Amino acid sequence: MKVKLRNPDRVVEVDGPLAVSDLLGRLDIVPEAVLVIRSGTLLLRGESLSDEDEVEVRPVLSGGT
Amino acid sequence: MAATKSRGRSHVKCKVCRGPAAVEVRRHNAAFCPEHFISHFRSQVARAIHEFKMFEPADRLLVAVSGGKDSLALWDVLLDLGYDTAGFYLGLGIGGYSDRSRDACISFADGRGAKLIVRSLSEEHGYSVPTLARLSGRVPCSGCGLNKRYEFNRAALEEGYEVLVTGHNLDDEVATLFGNVLHWNTDMLGRQAPVLEERVIGSETALVRKVKPLVRVAERETAAYAVLRGIDYIVEECPLVEGNTQHRYKEAITLIEESSPGTKQQMYFGFLKRAAHRFAEESEAVELVACSSCGSPTIVAEDGNPRCSFCKMKARTERARAGRRREQEAGGSNRGAQGAERGGKE
Repeated sequence: MKVKLRNPDRVVEVDGPLAVSDLLGRLDIVPEAVLVIRSGTLLLRGESLSDEDEVEVRPVLSGGT
Repeated sequence: MAATKSRGRSHVKCKVCRGPAAVEVRRHNAAFCPEHFISHFRSQVARAIHEFKMFEPADRLLVAVSGGKDSLALWDVLLDLGYDTAGFYLGLGIGGYSDRSRDACISFADGRGAKLIVRSLSEEHGYSVPTLARLSGRVPCSGCGLNKRYEFNRAALEEGYEVLVTGHNLDDEVATLFGNVLHWNTDMLGRQAPVLEERVIGSETALVRKVKPLVRVAERETAAYAVLRGIDYIVEECPLVEGNTQHRYKEAITLIEESSPGTKQQMYFGFLKRAAHRFAEESEAVELVACSSCGSPTIVAEDGNPRCSFCKMKARTERARAGRRREQEAGGSNRGAQGAERGGKE
């Protein structure tokens, strides 16, 4: 599947099927620090992702205040 | 959270309607469908406004917006709750990032038919955040924060708004609290609150009331709210934030929250309930006087000439700029002289 990562924007390929939580684990990303979005829909940790999916992993922590 | 499993897919249900959930809020042990998450988020903001007596429906609110998820989500909620708001965007001069941030604010304001006030550091003071960092030799976030605090307050005073509203969320407050405790900044601990009251010098308001209605919602929740509401916010991070201390604290706290949901909420609201008042007494005892240059509140100076942090920073910047100009002129005239000498030899 195609996984869009941010800051900087880039796309990586990850083999599916696998759960959202497993995808984040494989990418070494803390689930609390991101939203996972597929076709404009927010995904929960337990959602399954197929090899054909395109998802965005969007960081939610911003710097400086 | 109620959950069932079928065909390897998790079906977490909305706490309210039992429909498919879209957002989990683990610290509340709850999940919500899009519609009920939006309701939950709004109710958390409304609860903070009432619980901390932030403002009344008759108050005029100036919402500091950056184009990011927090400030635009906050403005969106305040508009939906019917408050009298205007947005305030301050251009920081951070290249294309600032341009895109401003455009996101303008687009949001246009879409909602809301008033947006736009100012920029370059027009107001003749510098940008990157220039300031270069001239002062300090990290960009330091000068940026000082300028934003000063300009937000100035805009509220000049434009006639009683309350300045910022999009600081639970994660922001916990990261600040964490940093203040790590370094035992007791003065800062005394001023860390969801509401900072108006400060008056003589009979004039010197600092408008500042409030943070997002303290009951985590950063991940503001992002989820913005996505579900279709708010086109700036996802890209400020290019100058690399190595920002606040960001590192957030990452550390998020790791703890991941394994122990609710830690952030316990730390912040526990502080407000059980410790904040001990430090506030110390802070309130500090006498404030008017800056001799701009009139903003500052502490009493031993030399009898009180200057606020902003005016000191601006004076330092102007001295550094004048110094560089002199160096360049001297370099230019030296090069000119050397060139003439070389030319003479040829």
